[in-house]
Amino acid sequence: MSFEPKIIGFACNWCTYAGADLAGTSRLKYPPNIRLIRVMCTGRIDPEFILAAFARGADGVFVGGCHPGDCHYMSGNYKAKRRIELLRKMLAQLGISPERLRMEFISAAEGAKFAQVIREFTEKLKELGPSPLKAEE
Amino acid sequence: MAEGKKVKLALYWAATCGGCDVATLDIEERILDLAAIADIVLWPVAMDFKYEDVETLEDGSVDICLFNGAVRLGEHEELAKLLRQKCKVMVAFGSCACFGGIPGLANVANREQIFNIAYKETVSTENPEGVTPQTELEVDGKKLTLPVFFDEVFALDRVVDVDYYVPGCPPAVERINDLVDIVAKYAETGELPPKGAVIASEKALCEECPRKREEKRIKEIRRPQDFLPDTEKCLLEQGLICLGPATRGGCGARCINANMPCRGCYGPTAAVRDHGASVLSAIASVLGLEEETELTEEQLTAITDQIKDPLGTFYRFTLPVALLNKVVQKKEVE
Repeated sequence: MSFEPKIIGFACNWCTYAGADLAGTSRLKYPPNIRLIRVMCTGRIDPEFILAAFARGADGVFVGGCHPGDCHYMSGNYKAKRRIELLRKMLAQLGISPERLRMEFISAAEGAKFAQVIREFTEKLKELGPSPLKAEE
Repeated sequence: MAEGKKVKLALYWAATCGGCDVATLDIEERILDLAAIADIVLWPVAMDFKYEDVETLEDGSVDICLFNGAVRLGEHEELAKLLRQKCKVMVAFGSCACFGGIPGLANVANREQIFNIAYKETVSTENPEGVTPQTELEVDGKKLTLPVFFDEVFALDRVVDVDYYVPGCPPAVERINDLVDIVAKYAETGELPPKGAVIASEKALCEECPRKREEKRIKEIRRPQDFLPDTEKCLLEQGLICLGPATRGGCGARCINANMPCRGCYGPTAAVRDHGASVLSAIASVLGLEEETELTEEQLTAITDQIKDPLGTFYRFTLPVALLNKVVQKKEVE
């Protein structure tokens, strides 16, 4: 059986989650590998959530938020962006490919972009193979 | 125990620098209070007891064990289990026992890598046969043994059940005095704090920091050797990576008062599971805040690249208890 990556996705309520909703209502196809979790803002995503997802066997983590300047809470998306940038660096130090953590800005109108990003990310993770943390168990 | 009787106390050191034992002596004349209420049954740094002396004790006959140091070797695990069996109360004493501490940073490598560097690769090492420590060796028909060196460092509670935690590198004298008070109360009344209690503050160090905070934001990361920080202003605002916002207080802000940023030895606050993630979150939210709306990808990378070693800085004392507590064996990236 071919490898099917497990992706945990965090999507902000105002933009990306609505974008994912639009992808659904527009009947756009994207791989079922992602489990989407709605949060009020990407600024609410504690880096601990992402580490916990990896620790529990996620092959990749996706974070989707509002475009720069569009955050419902003014600056949550900027904070998240900086945290993820730093976290990616730390993942690399732990020997985990930073490509397993991806953040994108996707608005409520961008259903097609959401589907496209999830397609790309799933393909990327298939290329990378299972999370190295799984091999340790 | 029967009230009013002397408390039996064991002190042990595992993977540690010995600073915790020195800190215990730093309580000065109160050490005599301790001697008055307690009989010591094991204290390798100060007294000549043998492990056999502990083995012959009845199970549960020792009241309190103060265990400092992380678990690095088979010997440490064996003693932790033995002392757990003999002692009613197990106290993780110091950051190494609580979280793995500085020795826990060795989890960025495994046994093989550590042995290669320590016994083969350093410039001053001459070891043509590439000998590394073995757990067993036969010499003239006699078997010699050494404790096993684990692939990773463990905090004490990953090996045995722990009742109380006294963090700090080393624990602050005030908090050791609190512990002496707990022992004294126990000797008198038999009462103990609730299991799992951490003998420190419940809140972050910032709560007890005497410095002035204006608006937390950092433009540029600076290091303590590069400049003399202002003694009144928040160190984080001056560009130093201070772990205060995400670290448990109770230390009396001793580093801050010596004009040095917090290194995080008291571990995460009561509400937090993963110290490094919490520090990362705090630092990333104030770093580059100034021009956050205009940053390009390259500028953002340049800003975070100022932090040379996020893993070692954010998990300086807590890597072995982190959600991802060691480097993966089969690295995807170097």
